[in-house]
Amino acid sequence: MALDGNALAGPLAGIYAFDVTTARARCAHCGVVARLARALVFASAMGIVARCRACEEVLLTVVERPDGTSVSARGLAWLRP
Amino acid sequence: MAITTRGFGGRRAPAEKPLPPGQFLTEDFPVLSAGPTPNVDEAHWQFSVHTESGEVRRWDWAALMAMPVEDVTTDIHCVTRWSRFDTQWRGVSVDAFFEDVESEAEFVMVHSYGGYTTNLPLEDLLDGKAWITFEHGGEPLAPLHGGPVRLIVPHLYFWKSAKWVRGFVMQEHEEPGFWEQNGYHLYGDPWLEQRYA
Ligand SMILES: [Zn+2]
Repeated sequence: MALDGNALAGPLAGIYAFDVTTARARCAHCGVVARLARALVFASAMGIVARCRACEEVLLTVVERPDGTSVSARGLAWLRP
Repeated sequence: MAITTRGFGGRRAPAEKPLPPGQFLTEDFPVLSAGPTPNVDEAHWQFSVHTESGEVRRWDWAALMAMPVEDVTTDIHCVTRWSRFDTQWRGVSVDAFFEDVESEAEFVMVHSYGGYTTNLPLEDLLDGKAWITFEHGGEPLAPLHGGPVRLIVPHLYFWKSAKWVRGFVMQEHEEPGFWEQNGYHLYGDPWLEQRYA
């Protein structure tokens, strides 16, 4: 049921100017640094939730709203292209 | 003498139940998951209410089974636009859990196994408006649908009906839960189409 971080590429293409799946990110919960492509991604009709593969806490959520795409990245300590 | 007339048609079309705006009817039960399905068996399941004074009231599976059980048939409405009529649940009214809880707080953060949260005003959980359920359609609640125990708050969008529920934390101020932090409406009334914040 969980996808990997490559599922984030389409939804985030218009948000970040770099390829998010090859970007490296640090989990704000456990501190693990990994490529976003390694994330556990749960895609549902309410939104996309990317979780850290190490601790399963939420890294990133993407919600498609009528007025555009909303990204919350409070689970990321940092994100680098 | 009573006279009954059947009308010219003889038979009336069944009264159509209204759907909230923007919803369509389905017979399916689509599953929405924001994370892995937690494995919680009945032997380890616990439910707790934490009040603003720091008191904690706990129930285990045996305590839940000893509470007054109700059968509930209700319509449910998901923010992703599907609705189902007459879904059947078996569980305990949230009112029963609050009989022994003293709190002045007006808001509740619902917590689930797996880390999910959703926020509600307390009054939306009381007076027969919400249930802690353990059966759906006559079967034990499957883990995928929130088993062993799921909160049901049918008058609000279904994301408020938290799967794998483990407790309520009383709050004096309303804080947003998981989806509410991520762009969804703080309250979520389907009849007012309160989908997004
Ligand atoms: Zn982590």
